[in-house]
Amino acid sequence: MTIIYMLLAISVTVAIGFFIAFIISVKKGQYEDTYTPSVRMLFEDEVIKEVSAENSKTKTDNQ
Amino acid sequence: MNHCYHCGDPCNDSEILHKEKIFCCQGCVTVFDILNDNDLSYYYDLEKAPGTSPKEIESKYDFLTNEAIVNKLLEFNDGSTQIISFLIPSIHCSSCIWVLENLQKLNKGVRTSQVDFPKKMVRITYAAAEISLKELVTLLAKIGYEPYISLENLDAKKRKTNHTLIYQLGVAGFAFGNVMFLSFPEYFQVEEFWLDQFKNLFRWLMFAFSVPVVVYSARDYFISAYKGIRSKILNIDIPIALGITVLFVRSTLEIVLDWGTGFFDSLTGLVFFLLIGKFFQQRTYSYLSFERDYKSYFPIAVTRISKNNAEEQIPIYDIKPGDRLLVRNKELIPVDAIIRKGNALIDYSFVTGEAIPVVKNSGEKVFAGGRQEGTLIEVEAIKEVAQSYLTQLWSNEVFSHSKEHKFQSLINKISKHFTIGVLSLAVLATLFWVFVDASKAVQVFTAVLIVACPCAIALASPFTLGNLLRIFGNQQFYLKEAYIIEQMAAIDVVVFDKTGTITTHAKSQITYEGIPLTEAEASLLTSSLRASNHPLSRALYDILKENEIKVLDHFEEVTGKGILASYDKQSIKIGAPSFVNASNMEDEENKTSVYVSSNNDFKGRYVFQNTYREGLLEVFQEIGKNKEIAILSGDNDGERGRLQMILPAEATLLFEQKPDDKLHFIKSLQQNGKKVMMVGDGLNDAGALAQSDVGVVVSENVNVFSPACDAILDASRFSSLANFLQLSNKGIKVIKWSFILSLLYNLVGLGFAVTGNLMPVVAAILMPLSSISIVVFTTVATQILGKSIAKKEKK
Repeated sequence: MTIIYMLLAISVTVAIGFFIAFIISVKKGQYEDTYTPSVRMLFEDEVIKEVSAENSKTKTDNQ
Repeated sequence: MNHCYHCGDPCNDSEILHKEKIFCCQGCVTVFDILNDNDLSYYYDLEKAPGTSPKEIESKYDFLTNEAIVNKLLEFNDGSTQIISFLIPSIHCSSCIWVLENLQKLNKGVRTSQVDFPKKMVRITYAAAEISLKELVTLLAKIGYEPYISLENLDAKKRKTNHTLIYQLGVAGFAFGNVMFLSFPEYFQVEEFWLDQFKNLFRWLMFAFSVPVVVYSARDYFISAYKGIRSKILNIDIPIALGITVLFVRSTLEIVLDWGTGFFDSLTGLVFFLLIGKFFQQRTYSYLSFERDYKSYFPIAVTRISKNNAEEQIPIYDIKPGDRLLVRNKELIPVDAIIRKGNALIDYSFVTGEAIPVVKNSGEKVFAGGRQEGTLIEVEAIKEVAQSYLTQLWSNEVFSHSKEHKFQSLINKISKHFTIGVLSLAVLATLFWVFVDASKAVQVFTAVLIVACPCAIALASPFTLGNLLRIFGNQQFYLKEAYIIEQMAAIDVVVFDKTGTITTHAKSQITYEGIPLTEAEASLLTSSLRASNHPLSRALYDILKENEIKVLDHFEEVTGKGILASYDKQSIKIGAPSFVNASNMEDEENKTSVYVSSNNDFKGRYVFQNTYREGLLEVFQEIGKNKEIAILSGDNDGERGRLQMILPAEATLLFEQKPDDKLHFIKSLQQNGKKVMMVGDGLNDAGALAQSDVGVVVSENVNVFSPACDAILDASRFSSLANFLQLSNKGIKVIKWSFILSLLYNLVGLGFAVTGNLMPVVAAILMPLSSISIVVFTTVATQILGKSIAKKEKK
């Protein structure tokens, strides 16, 4: 059953790893603004799509 | 009616058709063109009519060429790259976020820009060589996102948000989860070889996880309990701190002496739940500011005329008596001054409560805070900014201390009895066991303190008040902090300001008294009013614009007197009684009126009356049922008669009140033991708002300036004020009921504790169970209350 030492060590390490990740996220300002990123996330795709649509248009224009 | 493609406002009479789209004004067309030409038309796909119509800015931002001012505003500056944060009140939808984060498409000088939507802030990094700060601000203003720059920006550099609570919560949650999982095997009390072998390791690990919880996460409870004892107030944090200490000490003793597993799971869980309650109550509206003073209303800089007659931009703190200053249309007069050149028409409504702008001529004195309406004027400063009539108010001591400390909350009142009760019960139970079975005495003593730890009671109030805070927020009534709800429930007197609070800024009611005008006269009147910029002319024109418009033969505006106009042998005079040959008419009762005469024959007058907010009568009736009402106005008493008709008979009515008078009126009420709510809107109410127990600001637009207060009420919801007061009363009842509920849990726990049967597993079940049921109870109860108020609103 000494494997339990190993298991405990792993579980505590994983837990502490997540805890450190949490601290870093607060430090980096992830809790400053919890709303805007959720909106911003939805933009990127649309913008790229628009640009690519335009590119394809200019391509056809060139032909 | 059509709505503008850009801003969504109804296009009244001036529709502009541009690129197959309808716009309400040229400003909106310009913004549309800028965005369209720069590949930003996606702006209009994201949301329907997302824009704001841009305002005229002219030379408003000239002060941004002054390097000293610019440097104070910048967040970062290394000469080439500069970073600045702006508050932009018109940010309101996802289109706004998108366009502001794509500013680099409009100007290559902008490197990155990031929007913080809840705070309505945008942080822009730009290359100073390619675009100056002034150009940047002008660019923003041109697309309808004018930043709000005020004196306040100079003072408070960066308001760092305090993350301590998030860290504490994180530590407690982390420890709680791990301790739970480590304590699980021993709950079953099976005599297994491997469990016996490893239990010490498990226990010491739990101990290790609990130490940071006690030392760091629960720190504030110990500090608060210590403060409470020192000032001899038995607050709720004392039994909590006691419970945490006893839990920790007893658990440690248990594992050291190998008595058992200890209560580390209950300990960490308790702290975790308590902090969740705190966190829940704490969240407020980050885009609203409740701490503002005159600084956020005043501009940063003014234009001064230097000795060699050149215009220069100086920070307003540098204004010295004797300086000559230029004040443009819509600009604020920064200091008390004397007019030297030009004719001033000053809107004091926000400062003194006078509803109608006043005319001031050269040589007359004007006070700081008034807004110039009309042409450019030149004034000579006679005081410094901090010594002006209005700003002096802030030297009063009410502004220097916070309100929360003088207020004893319901929970602290109850905890006094609770603490005494628990301690005496613990002593009694211990004494009993000393005689029966002395070995169990210490165990029982600690068990009582552990079980009686008022976790559930401490959660009842944050969750109820936090929920109510959100319900109020949904109804556009924004509270600074949750404890204000408790204050609201205790109010005896409600004091209202008049101008802007119970009246609307928007339109006056205008009635005509006298000989009816002929069609030709009416048409001439309308045509002349159309040409005038006086606020009264504009208001009058709005109701008369149905009449035919003619091109006038002659038009003359005599400042301070009135208008003289003629068309086809017919002449008209509009203005003061002396000007229109109506000297026999007395300017009675301080009423604001405009007199009209045609061909020098006096015809009649238009009387302007304040328009009261919708539902005012009902609000007065409802509040008047169980509270006193008073009205304090900075204006003259022209409206006394009308107000008396809608007010309850015993209401107090005071007119021509200076800001200081209002403050002292509130103070004298409080000295008579009353709890006072002040409802105001302007800077002149600032002192009264600070002095009152609950200061509520009524605001037409919650994003623009409002003086420091405890709550901001959207003007459109004014009629619900009585309902809000009622709701806070009901909220307090919910808290009381949940106290009873949690006391029942405590009694069950005490049953175990007093008989000496408190097992860790019992504590570990009972404690979260009571906490969760309190949270569920308060949430459901407040939701029901919220629904009932929403229903009332619909009716």
